[in-house]
Amino acid sequence: MSKSILIVDYGLGNLFNIEAAFSSVGCSVKVSSNHKDIVSADRVVIPGVGSFADGIKGLHEMRLIDPLREFVLLEKPLLGICLGMQLLLSESEEWGVHQGLGFVEGRVVSLKQPLPGVLYKIPHIGWNKMKVRQENKILKDVFLSQEQDFFMYFLHSYYADLEDTSLVMTETEYGRDTFCSSFQKNNIFGFQPHPERSGEVGLKIFQNFLKV
Amino acid sequence: MNGLIRVVPRLDIKGSNIVKGIQFDGYRVVGLAEEVAELYYNEGADELIYQDTVASLYRRSIDLDVVKKTAKRAFIPLTVAGGLRTLEDIKSVLRSGADKVAINTAAVDQPQLIREASRVFGSQCIVASLEVFRRYDGRCEIWTDYGRQRTGIEAISWAKKMVELGAGEIMLSSINQEGTGRGYDWELTRDISTNVPVPVIACGGAGSVDDFFVVASQGGASAISASSIFHYHYAKSLDKEHLKSRYCLRSGQQIDTGNVDFMMEGYGGIREFQVMPASIKKVKSALLEAGMRVRV
Repeated sequence: MSKSILIVDYGLGNLFNIEAAFSSVGCSVKVSSNHKDIVSADRVVIPGVGSFADGIKGLHEMRLIDPLREFVLLEKPLLGICLGMQLLLSESEEWGVHQGLGFVEGRVVSLKQPLPGVLYKIPHIGWNKMKVRQENKILKDVFLSQEQDFFMYFLHSYYADLEDTSLVMTETEYGRDTFCSSFQKNNIFGFQPHPERSGEVGLKIFQNFLKV
Repeated sequence: MNGLIRVVPRLDIKGSNIVKGIQFDGYRVVGLAEEVAELYYNEGADELIYQDTVASLYRRSIDLDVVKKTAKRAFIPLTVAGGLRTLEDIKSVLRSGADKVAINTAAVDQPQLIREASRVFGSQCIVASLEVFRRYDGRCEIWTDYGRQRTGIEAISWAKKMVELGAGEIMLSSINQEGTGRGYDWELTRDISTNVPVPVIACGGAGSVDDFFVVASQGGASAISASSIFHYHYAKSLDKEHLKSRYCLRSGQQIDTGNVDFMMEGYGGIREFQVMPASIKKVKSALLEAGMRVRV
């Protein structure tokens, strides 16, 4: 059976690389902002690069919120990446408080600025460790070592602070924060880093997502 | 906790080829963009810089097909630079596989572009590219158009201004050191990195494995970019028949894309490079041994 995914196009995000990565693992990819396409898709990916407010505005203006809600009620697999993951939460504090999709209870908050005399940089850009808090089928075979940690590529200043911490799959340390870098709630998966730009590890996660 | 130091090969593009010059001049062709990108990805590069060397200078647009081909072959982040002048330009490269864009000349001409771009696309993907020339009296100035036009702007204040306008990262190139193999201008890197809260990518000058450690430890670079040291390690010379028969080096375009003598005969003009070639793995293991955190 050939696998297929739909990437939601709401005007933001580098769809090209997500499409290329899924194609490279032998999956047929559709990029769409059509309501029917979304509801009838097997699996949906919400990408995203940019600000939370623009992301929600894009989803609103293109009337994509209801079809996404319907898709989630059907309990089909949904994957949010970076801003696409943050949009799944209840609200965000980026440039004022904005309401999110509310599929996962929690708030998008800012990484803490360094204290005087401590040198680390914001945004958090680069590879960092994913510390596994609970095993998950989407993380199958991505571990590099016995300690089960692995590296992915981050590019952000905000992160998801979940109400229910039992959903957390991995945590990542940066600066003064230890934050949730990926989570699962039922069939909803969220990743702060970019699987499509995290080499073999990311491709493996995409492969696993196709088996969920 | 600090981030991991990134090792970032820089691909200077002319036409469809990767070229390498000295102080931004005298290009030798060293390979085809997408092939070299894939090689560096497999060798453990943490991300890539894709710098069109002439788009800005000739006021022409970056070739999106080459960007797409390159992005598709390497599943690591790609920062695209060269000739980006408008929000529309930025959008089109981001939709062609760039994860970040770096802007130099257009930011000097119209600094508000950085503000607008970071609002629309997010600070994290807007990189301010600084091409810096250190004058004989020590003053560091911004130059534009791939190291060709002087502006008289002082580098540190310019870096601060770029960050205030919304740039999420600084790509700092030393024109004096570029391609010479004499080491990075780590003092310049330190002066910039201690004055801005965002990460700094140090570019220009790597001649040995040790140079990477110096610019990371003394210069405070978050990422270290290099090209000659990697290109001359990996570049394979081609026989003349191969060069003629294979479309890859010229891609059916006019031969305006640099001097191919190096690839044909291991010779590329009278200027010699003072670089000790090394693999990406060798650079990373040296950083690791010196106590720096890298992805291996």
